[in-house]
Amino acid sequence: MAYGDIARSTTGVLRRLPWWTGPIAVTAALVGFGIYVFVTVMLFDRGEYENYLSPFYSPPVGGESFLPAWLSPAIFILWLPLGFRATCYYYRKAYYRAFFWDPPACSSKAQQRELRGPEHYRGETALFVWNNIHRYFMYGSFVLLVFLTIDTVRAFLPEGSFGITLGSLIFLVNVSLLWTYSLSCHSLRHVIGGSVDCYSCVKGGNARRKAYNWLSVLNRQHALWAWLSLFSLLITDVYIRLLLAGVITDFRLV
Amino acid sequence: MSDSAAEQKGMASKAHAEVHSDEEATLEGKSYRLKIFRGDAEGGKEVEYEIEAIEGMVVLDAVLKIQAEQANDLAVRWNCKAAHCGSCSAEINGRPKLLCKTRVEEYEGQEIRVHPIRAFPVIKDLVSDVSWNYGVSAQIQPFTTSEQAPFTMYEEDVERLYEPKKCIECFMCQDVCHVLRTHHKHPEFAGPRFFVRSQWLEMHPKDEGNRLQFLKEGRGGVQLCNITKCCSEVCPVGIHITDNSIIPLKERVADEYYDPAKWLMRKIRGRRNGSSNGNGGTRSTHARAGIRTNG
Amino acid sequence: MDANGHANGSSPHEVREHDVLIIGAGGAGLRAAVAATERGLSVGVVTKSLLGKAHTVMAEGGIAASLGNVDPADGWQTHFKDTLKSGKFINNWRMAELFSKEAPDRVYELEQWGALFNRTAEGKISQRPFGAHTYRRLCHVGDRTGLELIRTMQEKVLATDTQVYMETAVTKLFKNSEGRVVGALAYTRETGKFIHFKTKAVVLATGGWGRIYKVTSNSWEGTGDGAVLAYDAGAELVDMEMVQFHPTGMVWPPGVRGLLVTEGVRGEGGLLRNSKGERYMERYDKERMELSSRDVVARANYTEVQEGRGSPHGGVFLDITHLGYRGIMKKLPTMHEQFLKLADIDISKEPMEVFPTIHYTMGGVKVDPETCATNVPGLFAAGEVAGGLHGANRLGGNSLSDLLVFGRRAGMGAAEYVKSNGYSTEIREEELNAEKKRVMAPLEKREGENPYKIQQELQETMMEHANLMRNEDSLKEGLGKVLALKDRLPNIGVGGSTLFNPGWHTAQDVRHLIQISEIIIRCALERTERRGAQWRLDYDGPDEELGRVNLISKKDQQGEVGIEKREIPPMPEHLAKLFEEGE
Repeated sequence: MAYGDIARSTTGVLRRLPWWTGPIAVTAALVGFGIYVFVTVMLFDRGEYENYLSPFYSPPVGGESFLPAWLSPAIFILWLPLGFRATCYYYRKAYYRAFFWDPPACSSKAQQRELRGPEHYRGETALFVWNNIHRYFMYGSFVLLVFLTIDTVRAFLPEGSFGITLGSLIFLVNVSLLWTYSLSCHSLRHVIGGSVDCYSCVKGGNARRKAYNWLSVLNRQHALWAWLSLFSLLITDVYIRLLLAGVITDFRLV
Repeated sequence: MSDSAAEQKGMASKAHAEVHSDEEATLEGKSYRLKIFRGDAEGGKEVEYEIEAIEGMVVLDAVLKIQAEQANDLAVRWNCKAAHCGSCSAEINGRPKLLCKTRVEEYEGQEIRVHPIRAFPVIKDLVSDVSWNYGVSAQIQPFTTSEQAPFTMYEEDVERLYEPKKCIECFMCQDVCHVLRTHHKHPEFAGPRFFVRSQWLEMHPKDEGNRLQFLKEGRGGVQLCNITKCCSEVCPVGIHITDNSIIPLKERVADEYYDPAKWLMRKIRGRRNGSSNGNGGTRSTHARAGIRTNG
Repeated sequence: MDANGHANGSSPHEVREHDVLIIGAGGAGLRAAVAATERGLSVGVVTKSLLGKAHTVMAEGGIAASLGNVDPADGWQTHFKDTLKSGKFINNWRMAELFSKEAPDRVYELEQWGALFNRTAEGKISQRPFGAHTYRRLCHVGDRTGLELIRTMQEKVLATDTQVYMETAVTKLFKNSEGRVVGALAYTRETGKFIHFKTKAVVLATGGWGRIYKVTSNSWEGTGDGAVLAYDAGAELVDMEMVQFHPTGMVWPPGVRGLLVTEGVRGEGGLLRNSKGERYMERYDKERMELSSRDVVARANYTEVQEGRGSPHGGVFLDITHLGYRGIMKKLPTMHEQFLKLADIDISKEPMEVFPTIHYTMGGVKVDPETCATNVPGLFAAGEVAGGLHGANRLGGNSLSDLLVFGRRAGMGAAEYVKSNGYSTEIREEELNAEKKRVMAPLEKREGENPYKIQQELQETMMEHANLMRNEDSLKEGLGKVLALKDRLPNIGVGGSTLFNPGWHTAQDVRHLIQISEIIIRCALERTERRGAQWRLDYDGPDEELGRVNLISKKDQQGEVGIEKREIPPMPEHLAKLFEEGE
């Protein structure tokens, strides 16, 4: 198990880092992403270049007519993936640790730094009880994914016929990661099989069991998919912006 | 085997002496230093001990050696010494560990500071009073079925239950959980260990109990968990506590209490929350077993 | 609850009353508790550890019961025959009969209470092969069957009104003027406070005494408390010389020496090889090879090492690599983890090094098969502490079913006894105070001999003189050493207070260890033959005369170990007949 050895030595190294490195890194990444999205989406035009539509704007809805000039139509779309990620079981862990320091990390030293006192800690009972609607964001996200998949197909059709470009490959990677992230969702896993106690007692149980087991494999790395798909979104949008700005030209392979 | 009795006698008295002894395994001149918490409920301090190093030694070996040679009254819990019973949980350098499964070499070049688990009251030295856990366990509705064993159950239906069933009740997840450790929610929160137990009960094909009300409204307190996964990180038997026990339970609680579509369905079918059958998951009708440790 | 003792100057104690007091919270103790509680009695369970930590968790391979799920030809008759053959026919045949008939019900009962076993394709409980079982018979869940059993029983008990006294140790049983056991003195390990249990019956379920040896798979708890409590109360012990060596214990690193490697490894096809790469079991038991009975395999492993064909750390090789990583993770995950973590060995790639380790004690308190009553009224025993079922050698997997079958019978037996008897639970105050004084002595002495040191010396003595292979001269020498240690017992002194003081606890345990060791050696001297676990090098083979007797040891008038050879009653025809057919 070479993979195991690598994993072990990596975790060994990670374990020796001071406890605050984890929460700081997560905070930096999430805040950075937030700023990027806000600035680009609010201040720049729709990220559309030839047959590429930035995933932040898909599907293209809403007339610009009734919106104030400074507000981008992306807000009609963005709340959905934002909500999906904000209520995601992985991101919840990440922001409870990184933003709220509830707790920042697991060691006894880190737990002593917890910001909230026992009398104020409410867990997911007060405001965060809303995280329970995660499944509805999940349903919505799959609708969006259909559009993003169509966008990806379009990305492979420069000038109406099939062709492979660097941009289309970026689209493909991005949409695959988004699918993987969404399929590895805990709520989906629950809907498919987690809610069933006895597969052999329900109709279609065997198919559900197989799907559940498969989703469970993806679910094991949910955090990884969450981060990779976040970065791929960012890269896709940046790539389109660079094309729009004329900084680079699209590289065509086939 | 029909050698003469004289030869055999030699063989018998040599028995096992032939086999390697501790003395041969000591690492020449090498020693380890451990700082161990000595004290009781009133307080205490770290005391440093130095012991001879033995190859492959685990921290429990070191602690027992100190106990036998230097401090007879050093209190430590242990039983199987094989990571099967979960007795020897303690904190090494601020992280919960099974003393019997942690090699001393892992801390080469670092200090080794051994403390009792802190989410529960310290009794003495490395021993904490974990009896609270047994009280919580007694409040969970046990396995309940109207069917008569032998059951027909397929591997496919039960394969995911083996994982939560591996739990050895070391209570390290309880120790590291900030809801207990930092926020002291003991009266309203059952802790990861008992979510693990509730999960297999809830997912068991033959179980007809319902523990959702207990988990959401009762003393289970699953909503107090904010899934920060420290419990999963410390589990010595590798149960993915958060992903495979707590989140599935949270999803079931969401089904029951937070899903408008499901709520509507129930309204149409006429069933109350959290009580699909049974008594809603709390054992109010049972007198629970008395557990006492310190009289 | 009230506190006594202040008035006359001795340490105070608390009084607790129960109908039935069960000492020990392993499989047998908990099953007895359920049985007695079901009959409406007030039950107290005393355990030296926390609940659910009993040595039962170390049973890995499985629970033997002739369900016939995998091999339909299996039935209680075959299980009965296997048990007697393996026990070399000095078993109590009635116990073996009850045992093999009732084991399947006890397994199904566990399932009813929430235990989960691996399944067959038909959705039944899966069964695996094991040493010297004719058919595939061991119901199992991976390699942690004991954990499943103890957790199921623990949760069952927690759902009843049973009172559990965790981390509490009993030091003496009290009898009333009629000679009935009516109480016990215990101290809580946490605080050292004394509890006087007033009870109408006591069930001993304290397990074995593997801690008398240095290389053992037993936890610190296996100090034979129950056997000594019974012996002191005048109960008879049976075949105490019979101590089982498990063929496969870990040998390296030193800290884990003796740690069990489950027989499940051989059950799943593990091969034993010596340093020359030979599958040497063909020289010892050509037919059954690695799956021969434990005494045979243990002696084979021992002999290979003694004759210079051992592995680098003085063991033999046990190879399961052919199962591959996936197979091992499915069937033997705990073993994989154990070796990887503790010995840096990946058993899916390399063989393990193993050597016999002390595992189980077949001998124990003599009981009535139907009720588990001892010869002392009011005293019952079940599980490893009781003797008789396993004879000269226990079959793997028979222990877990033993716990349940006889745990239940002991609980029922005690309940019947309690209900049909009216008598006083009063004892003389002086007796109570004398015992408290004795228990406190090591603390009052303070500067004295280190109890750990005495324990170590005892363990080394037993290792050297009462091991796998025995002979008269060595046993006699060992007896001398044990008696010398016994004389040093009053010198023990420990520092510290009564607050969770392991030194003080060890001072109590070591007395039990020494008493048991003495009995074992004396019995081993009496059984001058080779039979099962008792292997006398100075005698050639089994002795027909001795094959018809049990060795009964009992405290005699002078307070010394009295040993009687007691004829085993002949097997009734319906059982004897089983051995004639097709043999």
